[in-house]
Amino acid sequence: MSELFVGKSFPRADAEKVTGKAAYINDIKVPRMLYGKILYSTRPHARIKNIDTSAAEKLHGVRAVLTGRNTPNVRVGFLGDQEPLKKDKVRQFRDEVAAVAAIDEDIAEEATSLIKVEYEDLPPVFDPIEAMKDDAPLVHEFDARGKPRRNNILPLPWKLIAGDVNKGREQSAHIVKDTFRTTWVHQVCMGASGCIAQFDVNNNLVFTSVTNVPFGGKDRLDMFLRNIGLKSSTRILTPFVGGSFGSKLDTDIYEFIAVLLAWETKCPVKILFDRHEEFTASPPRQPAIATVEQGCDKDGHLTFRKVDMILDNGAYTSWGATTPSVMSIPVSTLYKVRNIHFEATCVYTNNIYAQAMRGYGNPQATYVVEQSMDQLAEAAGIDPLDFRLINANEPYTESPMRIKITTCPLKECLQEVKTRIDWENKHGKRDGRGVGVASFLHVGGGARVYLSDGQGIIMKVNDEGKLTIITGGTDQGQGSETIIRQMAAEASGLRYEDISIVLGDTEICPWDVGTHASRHLFMVGNAILMCAEKIRAKIRDLGARWMRSIIEADLNKKARRDPDFKAPQIDWSVLENPDNLDVCNGEIFVRDDPENPFLRMKIARVVRKAHLLGTGRGEMVTAEAFYDPPNEMIDREGKGNISCCYTFGTHGVEVEVDKETGQLRILNYVAAHDVGRAINPMLVKGQIYGAAIMGTGYGLTEEMLLNAGRVMNPNLLDYKLLTAKDKVPIDAVIVEPIEPSGPFGAKGIGEPACVPSAPAIANAVYDAIGVRIKELPITPERVLAALKQKEEEGV
Amino acid sequence: MKLTIGFSVNGDSVEVEVLPHWNLLKVLRDVLELTGAKQGCGEGECGACTVLVNGAPVNSCIYPVLEVEGKEVTTIEGLMDKSGRLHPIQQAFLEKAGVQCGFCTPGMIMSAFALLKANPDPTEDEIRHAIAGNMCRCTGYVQIVESVQHAAAVMSGRSQERAGKE
Ligand code: FES
Ligand code: FES
Repeated sequence: MSELFVGKSFPRADAEKVTGKAAYINDIKVPRMLYGKILYSTRPHARIKNIDTSAAEKLHGVRAVLTGRNTPNVRVGFLGDQEPLKKDKVRQFRDEVAAVAAIDEDIAEEATSLIKVEYEDLPPVFDPIEAMKDDAPLVHEFDARGKPRRNNILPLPWKLIAGDVNKGREQSAHIVKDTFRTTWVHQVCMGASGCIAQFDVNNNLVFTSVTNVPFGGKDRLDMFLRNIGLKSSTRILTPFVGGSFGSKLDTDIYEFIAVLLAWETKCPVKILFDRHEEFTASPPRQPAIATVEQGCDKDGHLTFRKVDMILDNGAYTSWGATTPSVMSIPVSTLYKVRNIHFEATCVYTNNIYAQAMRGYGNPQATYVVEQSMDQLAEAAGIDPLDFRLINANEPYTESPMRIKITTCPLKECLQEVKTRIDWENKHGKRDGRGVGVASFLHVGGGARVYLSDGQGIIMKVNDEGKLTIITGGTDQGQGSETIIRQMAAEASGLRYEDISIVLGDTEICPWDVGTHASRHLFMVGNAILMCAEKIRAKIRDLGARWMRSIIEADLNKKARRDPDFKAPQIDWSVLENPDNLDVCNGEIFVRDDPENPFLRMKIARVVRKAHLLGTGRGEMVTAEAFYDPPNEMIDREGKGNISCCYTFGTHGVEVEVDKETGQLRILNYVAAHDVGRAINPMLVKGQIYGAAIMGTGYGLTEEMLLNAGRVMNPNLLDYKLLTAKDKVPIDAVIVEPIEPSGPFGAKGIGEPACVPSAPAIANAVYDAIGVRIKELPITPERVLAALKQKEEEGV
Repeated sequence: MKLTIGFSVNGDSVEVEVLPHWNLLKVLRDVLELTGAKQGCGEGECGACTVLVNGAPVNSCIYPVLEVEGKEVTTIEGLMDKSGRLHPIQQAFLEKAGVQCGFCTPGMIMSAFALLKANPDPTEDEIRHAIAGNMCRCTGYVQIVESVQHAAAVMSGRSQERAGKE
């Protein structure tokens, strides 16, 4: 039977959002709720000599004023390198020095302004390369265990070595080497960060959170509760979320502070960031300085690739410091190359610290690898697109990182771009117009970054024939509520419109690792397939036991009403075996006789019969499943098949550069993506468009300007997001090699379309005007400076 | 000192006590509990707070509430008809995926609503111009533009139908 729901562009199911009924953290109030406000440091690096909170405490309406000196000293974060409220020292401008809870936001704000902090300045260090030097000021004098630190380098030596780079060098006919820099960029969710912390009568924490990792967040908060001396635990509730893009993976410092304020006041406390605070006090994507060297033989086959990265970690550690684990995927596996050397060093500085952002390191890594690919192609005298075709990954191969590639239409994606961007005619003109190309690969079948990569699911069918799906994932806009219904209707045989979804409560929902790493559709889809199989089996089983009596009762009723009615001859034996029955579109029927109206009924009837048996032996239709995929954690050498499958794609961009002004215009943009199978093509395109525009912003306009550790443009006027006026004509091309490990053949597609934009644009600029911009973003000023430099060198 | 002002919201007249420095968004959200309009920046940059005042889109976060005295305000909550049916623009945003996280959506739809009132058959550039002050981080605007185009087609199709009947 052909598919009824999967592969179709169902409209989005979240009507709450178009009516104003969707409640985001901004919209939620609870009785007796107080408002929390945080006082941040005014120094990048200083000792705290004294904090005077007396004036703030006296202000009418203030319920609590907390500092590091009147709260338990509890370390938080993945390396335990900070406390929610800093006691002795500040290490960045966003350091939380004090916090207030008050009856309204204005009072809370005023109270923070009454707190006086005396600092003694320490020498700061902002440049990661300076910070690596022996005589650099130490950002942290001690590690989490109290051991003295000797330098600012994080104890996370990211390294991946495969094959022999030196041998690769010897085999090379051409070698290129260059250094590239990327910059700080912010996730800029339209809905800023916020939470509500409250304690119930048993001192359990009820935490309304924007997280996309509810169970990970619960673990962190449970540990925090234990560390502040409470034996209770946390229930996390997730409302509608105004975007995430990686920003909501870790438990942020303000969240721990809200818990402290709620515990202190015994009232619910809400902290909601304003836009300025969102920019200055929520962790963005960190910058990278990357030196890349690679070579190829005389036929253009890659011989080796060596990448060294220095990452500005800022003052503390969140998931930003773990992004090299994902960078190693493109470094080792984007195109076929056997000899690999990758090292990444994360360095403490007195800058703001970094989190995950869409692509998790992949945008930085691909930016450098794909520019280097162009440079190498030129050195070898090969057309850059052909060069990529020569080296393109092949299906069912293993890379030096031990990544097991399954389906892989990278060549198809390259060809799509080649044709649609009219590469043959447009490339190589150097006339102010140019085309550039860049590819990517990204995890598409989960990512085992924890011991489990699992997702639980519970299904129940009620006696109206409606299916409730209870799952631990979250939706931050990608469309889970739509695709879950599509896949569940397909797999269970119940009707699309009869499916409802419950998520966002750790007390009710089964466990899930989190909605990250483009994994939600892949995981929830496979979990749905497992669970729906059990539901179908149960319904068929009930059908085999009860359809006959229901049909007989119907026939008798008919006969009573209509004396002329002649009951049909029915072979009841066919109903006795559940294997003869099938379920589709909310009905149960005989598989080989689907049109027979007498042997067909609504599922609701058999479920209702099972509920209301009248014998004391009633039954219900529920099932559960836990899908934990067969992928592996990366090992000590940085190798392993982290995902069940990988998604590939290529972006091609045509630009026009004005040599007088440095202004750049995108004339054409083709984004060809391997998605395995598009469960909902419209929503897939939505992910591609949104991410490609985000990636274009990364390439062209977005930059957090840091001056001596301070964010200079913390508002939407000065941080340049692309707007609707910046029209980028994107042609999103979906390539569908059915992926065996994916649900209905699908791969994850949430992140990767933001990965290749910046290098494709940089390559197009080079093709247009012959200068390579090695820093992001590619601003008109940088273009002009590069042109000027080229002119001077030419003279 | 609080002042009392009167205006209409989605057809209902309201009287509220306000402080003179308050903005319209605060009154809508905190006093009238119409939380559909969102605060994305509070500085007039993002458009998440867009509502209509006498039919024209404004950033309500910087609209002084005293200026709304005697005027008509329309918010996203006022777009559904009385029987609870979605407005064609709301429907189009679902059908063409003009919504992802939904945070920009109420403001985006109000801007589109004002546009289509003034210009029932806008070009892509006119649509992009009308929503230039509404930032969206999720969609890249492509499917928002498609949603508005779709709504325009549906709305004008319906008015043609009506015109035909008259
Ligand atoms: S909240 Fe009004 S423009 Fe951003
Ligand atoms: S849909 Fe998320 S900001 Fe527009």
